Amino acid sequence: MARTGLGRQAALLVLADGRLPAGGYAHSGGLEPAVAARRVTDMAELEAFLVGRAETAGVIAAAFAAAACARALRDDLSQMPELEAELDARIPSPELRKVSRDLGRQLRRAMSSIHPHPHFADLGPAPHQPIVMGVAAAALGLDAQDAALAILHENNSGAAAAAAKLMPVDPFDVHAILARMAERLDRLAGRAAALAGGPPADLPSPGAPLADIAAEHHRRRDVRLFAS
Amino acid sequence: MHDETTPRTRALRLGVAGPVGTGKSSVIATICRHLRDEFALGVITNDIYTDEDARFLKSEGVLPEERIRAVETGSCPHTAIRDDVTMNLMAVEDMERDFAPLDIVLVESGGDNLTATFSPALVDAQIFVLDVAGGGDVARKGGPGISGADLLVINKIDLGPHVDVDVDQMVADAEKARGGEPVLPLSRKRPETVEKLCDWVRHMHQTYAKGGHVPVDPGPMAPHHHAHDDDHGHTHSHSHSHSHD
Repeated sequence: MARTGLGRQAALLVLADGRLPAGGYAHSGGLEPAVAARRVTDMAELEAFLVGRAETAGVIAAAFAAAACARALRDDLSQMPELEAELDARIPSPELRKVSRDLGRQLRRAMSSIHPHPHFADLGPAPHQPIVMGVAAAALGLDAQDAALAILHENNSGAAAAAAKLMPVDPFDVHAILARMAERLDRLAGRAAALAGGPPADLPSPGAPLADIAAEHHRRRDVRLFAS
Repeated sequence: MHDETTPRTRALRLGVAGPVGTGKSSVIATICRHLRDEFALGVITNDIYTDEDARFLKSEGVLPEERIRAVETGSCPHTAIRDDVTMNLMAVEDMERDFAPLDIVLVESGGDNLTATFSPALVDAQIFVLDVAGGGDVARKGGPGISGADLLVINKIDLGPHVDVDVDQMVADAEKARGGEPVLPLSRKRPETVEKLCDWVRHMHQTYAKGGHVPVDPGPMAPHHHAHDDDHGHTHSHSHSHSHD
């Protein structure tokens, strides 16, 4: 796919930066319940968790961000409701659907002030985070692959950063995992971009049922550091 | 329903910050109890773990439950009121829209240290709460909340004799640190002090409603001198947080 975003790399860094003020820091991407259940206890298991997440929830988020971006670049939002419904169908946990929509609203609220665009208001009351990411990327002149990479990186680095609060870790070791995953995220983003123009129903749908179950348990815990 | 960057009806957004355990929730409960018949109120709480503060306020019955909402800050209470206010801003905007028209929305920060103050992007005015049990020297140590908040409350003054704190001295230290800005010694067991708190809120709302109040940022840590820097003798601001607890 042609890279319309050439020369826009700095805009991509702005969008994918963990310091973008859109409230992502309150979430661990499912790491907290995984650590609480002792499914993640060391660096090897943290890496396996992050890779597994990127290859399941990450692939889905990337595909929908890319698809939303491709449509926003054409100024055609007619399929956004269908994208929303298809993404709902790929997230079995009601809690995770709510988290995705909360983060989507927050990202839209932030980007509506940071880099306004009429598309943001047309996304309905509570759009999913990957959809907003796709529209925000398009508004910044980025392409579908950039949008996919931004959501993959945001979701991955957010969960990794949570490790420092949840586990006895050396932060250098955590970032070493991110560095090892860089090529994988590029590959996943490329695949998402290749599928971006197709029918919403045909977008990928890998699942991670344990993550959905863990999210429901997490919501019912009385004491937790992270909202999800 | 769409998110709007400027809600149609805008309440006075009043922040309450201060270290853990100084009585922020109690100050908010007191304001709600005494002013709920005069003003349409809403409360947003920020918690470090779960929603303890929201539960406390709901259990106290100070407002209808739906007017008390919790924001989970992912163990970053400082970030949620300062660096990245989006979650709180949306909670305030949602509250203003769902219960329009509201007069005042109170935002309680998660208990942090002396350096945590609200961004002017989130609140119009802020109260910083200390208590005598935290030590008589805290007011003298200063910090942006103590020196720059719109009101400094020194709470639990009835405990002074029990914790060997000279309340008058602590108030005098605070007044000196604030250069004449208001300091309010408070005890919920002394109704005259509660009335003064309510009067301050009434006055702030009146000033805000007339358009006469401009949000003041207490700001980051004030420039301060480091003794170990005495080769240079310069003063400088720190972008990182110092805990003076």
